[in-house]
Amino acid sequence: MLTLRSALKETRGLAAALLTGTALLMPGALSAQQDTSTITAVMHSGLRVLDPVITTAHITRDHGYMIYDVLTAVDADFKPQPQMASWEISEDGLTYTFTLRDGLLFHDGAPVTGADVVASLSRWGKRDSGGQLIFDVTASLEAPDDKTIVWTLTKPFAPLLDVISKQSAVPPFIMPARVAATSSDETITEYVGSGPFVFNEAEYEPGVSVTYDKFDGYVPRDEPASWMAGGKVVNVDKVVWTTMPDALTALNALSAGEIDYLEQVQIDLMPILSGNPDVTVEKRDELGYVTIGRPNFLHPPFDNKLIRQAAMAALDQESMLATMQGDPEYYNVCGAIFGCSTPLGDESGSETLTGGADPEKSKALLEEAGYDGTPIVLMAPTDVISLINQPVVAAQALREGGFTVDLQTMDWQSVVQRRAQQSPVTEGGWNMFFTNWMVPEVSDPLINVMVNGRGNDAWFGWPTDEEIEALRADFVAAPDAATQKEVAVKIQEHVMDNVNYIMMGEYIIPQARRNTIQNMIPSPVPVFWNMTKEAE
Amino acid sequence: MFLYILKRVLATIPVMVIVAIFVFLLLRLTPGDPAAILAGDAATPAQLERIRERLGLNDPLLTQFITWMGQLLRGDLGTSLLSNTSVAGMLADRLGPTINIALMTIVISVVMAVPMGVIAAWRHRTWVDFLVMSFSVLGFSVPVFVIGYILIQIFAIDLRWVPVQGYKSPADGFGAFFSRAILPSLTLATIYIALIARMTRASMLEVLGEDYIRTARAKGVRENVVLFRHALRNAAVPILTIIGTGFALLISGVVVTESVFNIPGIGRLTVDAILARDYPVIQAMILLTAGIYVFVNLLVDISYSFFDPRIRY
Repeated sequence: MLTLRSALKETRGLAAALLTGTALLMPGALSAQQDTSTITAVMHSGLRVLDPVITTAHITRDHGYMIYDVLTAVDADFKPQPQMASWEISEDGLTYTFTLRDGLLFHDGAPVTGADVVASLSRWGKRDSGGQLIFDVTASLEAPDDKTIVWTLTKPFAPLLDVISKQSAVPPFIMPARVAATSSDETITEYVGSGPFVFNEAEYEPGVSVTYDKFDGYVPRDEPASWMAGGKVVNVDKVVWTTMPDALTALNALSAGEIDYLEQVQIDLMPILSGNPDVTVEKRDELGYVTIGRPNFLHPPFDNKLIRQAAMAALDQESMLATMQGDPEYYNVCGAIFGCSTPLGDESGSETLTGGADPEKSKALLEEAGYDGTPIVLMAPTDVISLINQPVVAAQALREGGFTVDLQTMDWQSVVQRRAQQSPVTEGGWNMFFTNWMVPEVSDPLINVMVNGRGNDAWFGWPTDEEIEALRADFVAAPDAATQKEVAVKIQEHVMDNVNYIMMGEYIIPQARRNTIQNMIPSPVPVFWNMTKEAE
Repeated sequence: MFLYILKRVLATIPVMVIVAIFVFLLLRLTPGDPAAILAGDAATPAQLERIRERLGLNDPLLTQFITWMGQLLRGDLGTSLLSNTSVAGMLADRLGPTINIALMTIVISVVMAVPMGVIAAWRHRTWVDFLVMSFSVLGFSVPVFVIGYILIQIFAIDLRWVPVQGYKSPADGFGAFFSRAILPSLTLATIYIALIARMTRASMLEVLGEDYIRTARAKGVRENVVLFRHALRNAAVPILTIIGTGFALLISGVVVTESVFNIPGIGRLTVDAILARDYPVIQAMILLTAGIYVFVNLLVDISYSFFDPRIRY
């Protein structure tokens, strides 16, 4: 008769085989990251769009900085610095002459020429909001020879260098003229840059993994690296970005030494890393992000300024940020629409936001406005972790402030589609949504799309705001930094009064790295030059 | 048999056409805008409109459908709206990991579950049966990601026998493949072992009560031959069905396991494409999944005749 022992014999044999096989694999499993010439990083998102001009997606911008270079770049003091080119400005402020430095090569071996720069800037100018403003006053953009680019304006545009040096959202990356000839509404199909890394197309898997090889032909500048400026010295042969959809798996992989760098660490998972002596958790980017609420100006009740002011009075940054982040180390109550740590940052008029909610003031404003209790539709995405909490906290605060709130949950894609609807709420429209930006994306009136007051041409919410447009024009005309700051403060005060959007504070997402990774440059954009990797 | 297979293959054509129409319409009726994902958060409505125009998303639905069907008939699955890469190439890259993990899972499941089910039926209402059924209930009840995390903690973090995550093709070396595939396969196998063991036990219990089993035992046939040759073979039809369905499910993508173990498989591709409303990728994935189900069902039906001579086509 068959016994239990004999019946299990085959199973036991398999288990033994599996264990033997597994044991044989141990050395391979443990030595995965001993290679000091390759850095493996888990970024905040998978790379799917390879055109850094058509999209404002951060991961594509980060990809852009790997393989492309920029004409000028901003340093840690927010000052534009020469990168591919130096410049001269005519006394009347109408002509900018850029001279390309020696040794600039594309990855296919062709030299970078003025014609490439002209084509790249022209394409970028059709996509970027700041670029569009410059091209509105452009008389000509020409390359009289291979090394020179002459940009002639019809009237002075003082922040021109700031706009073309910005690090986010769409920096003007320089591509070969044949690539930049692609329509700005179509994605490019050739990925040749002149940056410090070469895109390894053969190993690219969209959304999964992307590999960058060191570009041996890249000549770094002599100055030390500072943010996006200075010498981009590459110390490794290869950088691999891999996507890990599961945050816990990414932490485990970092702990086990299978990856070297984790761009973003979920704050609630940080304790897992706290006891690991081989890993450092830190703030790479002290500027961080802002979270904001945007009302819809086209329809009641937020077409009424008093009701927008009531909403602002009802909301409180501290409770929202605490719900989002938990740890006060990683958020900052801040009423400055251009960010609290930026040159233009100023907190004028933000007292109710930063000092705690004032529901009684909200109710009084609603009464003065004659609010009839019509529900406000608040769109609440449920699939983006960084946006889940804000609508829920806001809904409760608004209710306490006297509003009737219709909190509608949906996926982010539905928010994206619905926020583009200009129809009334009863026909599929909306009243308010929340989103996040990196601080450098809101740090001045030309970059910050939420202070655009051009009605239907403005960002979702479509405020028609002639006063803010006049102030933005003053900013463009301001001859020096002190005057720019004065105008920026006026814009801050105006936004706080008119409630173009509701600034809900700043937050920071920490990064984590193996201690073998050294010499990282603190920067809002994660960069892989300068970085070194030591043996374990 | 040949005629039967031919008929079944031909019958897949209307199935696939209906699936194609259904998925096309469903996607267009679902809220979402691939142009918005492509352009990012700061794009103005006018910019989005121009991108939609370029991508052909503003064309009438019928025009879009005819264009897509035309591509399909030429064997072209189209191009991803986001990455601008060939959908067929993306599927090819992602199918390998999914199929390999699915095969390994099914092998582990069958090797473990069938003997467990047979023994449980044989030792019906004993502690062995109770043990197998307890495992079965546990396998069904514990979420797959919990099992995954537990296995990672024990084998990858504490014992450091295998890597935490990732995937290597068998072409990169069997060791590299096996060390990365074993934990996800064991994780997935837990539920399939439970399922197959339970089905085997139920099916065997039915067969073990039949007259021919009593006759075989009366003739002095050894018990293991009675169990595995006489009983199991006759109990095979429902077991094969469950194995076939399980395999089709595994190939269609197991997104949670793929996420926990960072495997670039079909499941993640599908979910990512759905979140980004990357229509050509989603459409191709649904068609592929439907095709896999049809094909696996056909294989299962054909295999019945090998185990049960009474079944003839």
